[in-house]
Amino acid sequence: MDISKNDLLQLYYYLKLTRRIEDRVTALYRQGRILGGAWTSNGMEAISVGYAYALEKEDVIAPYFRDMGAFLVRGITPQRVMAQYLGKKTGITGGKEGNVHAGDIHLGVFGFPSHLADNYPVAVGAALSFKIRGERRVAAACTGEGGTSRGDFHEALNMASVWKVPVVFFCNNNQYAYSTPFRIQMAVKDVAERAKAYAIPSEIVDGNDVVAVYSAAKNAYDRARKGEGPTFIECKTMRMHGHSEHDAAKYVPRELLEEWKKKDPIMNMERYLLSNKTATEEELKGIDERVTKEVDEAEAFAEKSPLPEGRDALEGVYATPV
Amino acid sequence: MAEVTYLEAIKQALDEEMTRDNNVFILGEDVGYYGGAFRVTEGFYEKYGQWRVLDTPLSESGFTGAAIGAALMGMRPVVEMQFADFISCAFDQIVSVAAKNNYRWGGKTPMVIRAPFGGFVHGGAFHSACPETWFFNVPGLKMVAPSDPYDAKGLLKAAIRDDDPVIYFEHKFLYRRIKGEVPEGDYLVPLGKAKVVREGKDISVITYSAMVHTALEAAQALEGEGISLEIVDLRTLLPLDKEGIYASVRKTNRVIILYETPRTGGVGAEVAALISEEMFGHLDGPILRVSAPDTPVPYSPPFEEFYLPKAEDVIKAARKLAAY
Repeated sequence: MDISKNDLLQLYYYLKLTRRIEDRVTALYRQGRILGGAWTSNGMEAISVGYAYALEKEDVIAPYFRDMGAFLVRGITPQRVMAQYLGKKTGITGGKEGNVHAGDIHLGVFGFPSHLADNYPVAVGAALSFKIRGERRVAAACTGEGGTSRGDFHEALNMASVWKVPVVFFCNNNQYAYSTPFRIQMAVKDVAERAKAYAIPSEIVDGNDVVAVYSAAKNAYDRARKGEGPTFIECKTMRMHGHSEHDAAKYVPRELLEEWKKKDPIMNMERYLLSNKTATEEELKGIDERVTKEVDEAEAFAEKSPLPEGRDALEGVYATPV
Repeated sequence: MAEVTYLEAIKQALDEEMTRDNNVFILGEDVGYYGGAFRVTEGFYEKYGQWRVLDTPLSESGFTGAAIGAALMGMRPVVEMQFADFISCAFDQIVSVAAKNNYRWGGKTPMVIRAPFGGFVHGGAFHSACPETWFFNVPGLKMVAPSDPYDAKGLLKAAIRDDDPVIYFEHKFLYRRIKGEVPEGDYLVPLGKAKVVREGKDISVITYSAMVHTALEAAQALEGEGISLEIVDLRTLLPLDKEGIYASVRKTNRVIILYETPRTGGVGAEVAALISEEMFGHLDGPILRVSAPDTPVPYSPPFEEFYLPKAEDVIKAARKLAAY
């Protein structure tokens, strides 16, 4: 697939931005300045950056909690992200929710419910409305391999296939559902085998290769827009931290992490860009500096933003109060 | 005004709303080609085509989730749960996603879930239940339960036009058993407003759906004894019309709450708590509940007869209360 230099550099920028924001979040969490939990996509950034970047503006996403990259690609600013983590009024949800439990309908980002795979049927419904209205839009949904054992995953794939709606399902297979390794989650070798039961074409891609994810996503979206129905894309990767930052993940063999460290998605992309001379060291350094500046500014913005008033917790229960 | 059945009123509301607004569509099991288990959508498939009266696989959670996604995209889906009992399969999508979308992240989710509920039909434990209490504790949901054709039509149209998720409980026993006058053309019954269906001076019976008719039967029987019942039809269960409840209590000073669900933690518990907190000084006696017992809905006729609240139960409660 031909990808312009601009697009490749943008993909690199979003990978770096995602990593930098989540590293900052981790640091703030360890200082006790972020309450609740901090779940990151460290080492898995290529998946959400890749699938989101391949979409058009009018498309929608139903993400899960390791999709910070998709939030950023869709236009949720680093400022709003950092303020969200600090529970500020200027955060994505104004303090109603924390961390990655957020969405923005104006940017085509559905809120993430913690009940994994709940967003799969929701994405099917968005795609169904595109089909009913004859729009050439697509919906993308993502969950971890853990979520693919829930009923909603299977109901969603089945409905999408029977109705042939323009939805593309992504699975971040990072090999662990919290502490539970893949082999005791399911008896199939690849998650993609599950799609076969619903007559949905599937593809397995290297989840640490942003260009591979982007290309597979783009092809699947094209198919969906042509009315050819859903695709399932399994992105193989490895969770490099604990389930969340409180979890030391001692249940993961060290050798496994060492092995995957060598396949880091940002390192991969740097090697790719430099080896085929798409970019120079200086250009990449320039992107890195820009990212640092943006994250510094975002943190400062979040720090000085006000907290919400306690009593405003009563607002927004209904769209139309009775 | 034409006299129509409760079922026909529901059908009219759906038909008129689908004609008025292309974003309104129906999805559920057997709603399309077959016309629905209770024939509510009979003829719609021919009129609106398969994509606006969409037959779904047996996936209550899945198609409720799909309705949420469509609602987020500006559609106005109407989900039909074949029996309200099966709504348990969709519980997570309703309480975790639909009900919280607007609050959590501003995701406006205008959708209606039609839930045919209630006993008197010899359906046993899985075709007779009244599951409204399960959702009574879920902020973000609205719930309505009409008792007559006029409200059935007007409340359904209002629910479809509302911007929040609304569970619309329609009573299976009433479908073809009651008729009432329904105006030609468009009208709405606002959500959140109770209605006094019978004026009285001695005791308020606060109730909804099929139990309104049970209360009316009791009221008629008690006329000869000089006990006058006022019957308040809640119509909207969530949020409750507190003022509507209080106005009747101020007038009668005695309260019976009548509902078809198991006794514990039912709508009656909340109504009783509200009255005791806000209206204690107006009460002349204890607040009494008439409800089903705390068992699943049993099948055999003597069992079901025993289980369901009857006019006789209301009469007994009223006599007890009138003595205060």
